[in-house]
Amino acid sequence: MAIKIVERRPLSFAEKTYLPQIIAGLKVTWDNLVKPPVTLQYPDERPVIPNGYRGVPTLVRDPHGREKCVSCQLCEFVCPPKAIRITPGEILETEDNNHVEKAPKEFEINMLRCIYCGLCQEVCPEEAIWLQGQYSMTGKTREEMVNNKEKLYELGGTLPDSHYKWDKKKAEAERQQHGNH
Amino acid sequence: MIEQILNDLILSPAWYYTAARGLTVIVILMSIAAYSVLLERKASAWIQGRVGPNRTNHPLIAWIPFFGNVLTRGGFIQPAADGLKFLFKEDALPGHVRKTFYVLAPCIALAPVLISLVMLPFGELPSGQIITLCPGADIGVLFMFAISSLGVYGIALAGWAANSKYPFLGAIRGSAQLISYELAMGLSVLTVFLATATPDQDNALSLVSMVKAQTGAWNILYHPIAALIFLICVFAEANRHPFDMPESETDLVGGFHTEYGAFKFGLFFVAEYSHMIIGSSLFILMFLGGWHVLPWLPTVGTGIFATLIGLGSFFFKLAAFLFFFVWVRWTVPRFRYDQVMRIGWRVLLPVAVANLLVYFIWYALKG
Repeated sequence: MAIKIVERRPLSFAEKTYLPQIIAGLKVTWDNLVKPPVTLQYPDERPVIPNGYRGVPTLVRDPHGREKCVSCQLCEFVCPPKAIRITPGEILETEDNNHVEKAPKEFEINMLRCIYCGLCQEVCPEEAIWLQGQYSMTGKTREEMVNNKEKLYELGGTLPDSHYKWDKKKAEAERQQHGNH
Repeated sequence: MIEQILNDLILSPAWYYTAARGLTVIVILMSIAAYSVLLERKASAWIQGRVGPNRTNHPLIAWIPFFGNVLTRGGFIQPAADGLKFLFKEDALPGHVRKTFYVLAPCIALAPVLISLVMLPFGELPSGQIITLCPGADIGVLFMFAISSLGVYGIALAGWAANSKYPFLGAIRGSAQLISYELAMGLSVLTVFLATATPDQDNALSLVSMVKAQTGAWNILYHPIAALIFLICVFAEANRHPFDMPESETDLVGGFHTEYGAFKFGLFFVAEYSHMIIGSSLFILMFLGGWHVLPWLPTVGTGIFATLIGLGSFFFKLAAFLFFFVWVRWTVPRFRYDQVMRIGWRVLLPVAVANLLVYFIWYALKG
């Protein structure tokens, strides 16, 4: 690589007095001064959250209203700060999605521990846990900062589903059962 | 009637009137200092694309329909909050300081500034009398120079009493800088003395006669180089950017006031801003026509209105000058210590001497 030697020009008289530079600087700051501020007045104005923002982790339902979590506890095991605590539970025979077999009885995410790493979302085989647009968690007690299952579904809402994995499984099982007879 | 009351208020030699006048001037100076802190915060915010303090309010004021909102958004209650904070903070006394001098230093920093106030003229009454605390004194400028340079004792004492290295370095820098720039300042002002001291004028050193000599062109038009040197020296004397050697947060933590907190720090703060106010007032009186409205247009209106407009124009110039201080601070980076010394001794002093010589010869030839 060629080395280019830049010639150092000695300062002119005007430059040695600093004054033209100071005046130019004053003009720059004046231009900035008359520009409108770029600050967002946060509590009054809220920022626009882009799609794919990874904020507070939430649980989602599929478009049929079925809770997607099957309480496999992978997220609980992968969670680096151990923020997730799941109590697994059975799905009763009488419910119409009992073919899913399991659902969480209780699902808690301690937002005082959560580090928003997104590993839970990455590891979830059911696409049931999502980091979504909420960015501000506040509370006055430690208990308030623990999101329980109800709160998590309230925050998560419904996300579109392209697989309907469990519906397909159910149809397949029924078809096989039919074929066997 | 009104003029009689005003004359009593402004000119009566009775001690209670004098005390009231002194208190008024100190209160005005303190409020200007407090609000120049607000100006500093607001202007720096605007320059940096921010909004600045706009939340502080008091229920009583926020309750006023439109005005309260304007006051809150403009941050006009912020200085009161800042002052109260300084007042109510724990006034810690570090264990390693020299206690007497440590407590004395902030007072010594502020007192000279307040003392030099007595010589400032603010305006002219319809009767031709001057609104000032000490009428008739004919050594105005000399007194101001002598007293306001005493402010550096506060800095030197603070740095020494703090008994730690950064404040000490700051204090040394402050003293060196003050000595270097005092000379150029005095020499630059001499040309203005030469212009004012016509043979029929016997108190050329008085600020009043300097202002009165500027009914036509302002001195800045006749003495631009002197004005520039004086301006630079005012920045250096007030320890403002780009000459804030004694403080220089980046290399000396907080400089001479590193070890100070709470109200003592507040005193240093007020002293710095008061220094700015006194320096700007001097510049305005000597080079920008004092209370004259425009060059070749000394007064507008008649009687008491002329006085009020004159006062208004003085304080407008003062506000503009304080804004200039702030503007420069958020524009120019700090000079290095050796650069400060070089500018002081090798540029400003010779230029001031040469400038003085030129004017000297010119006035001699003119007769």
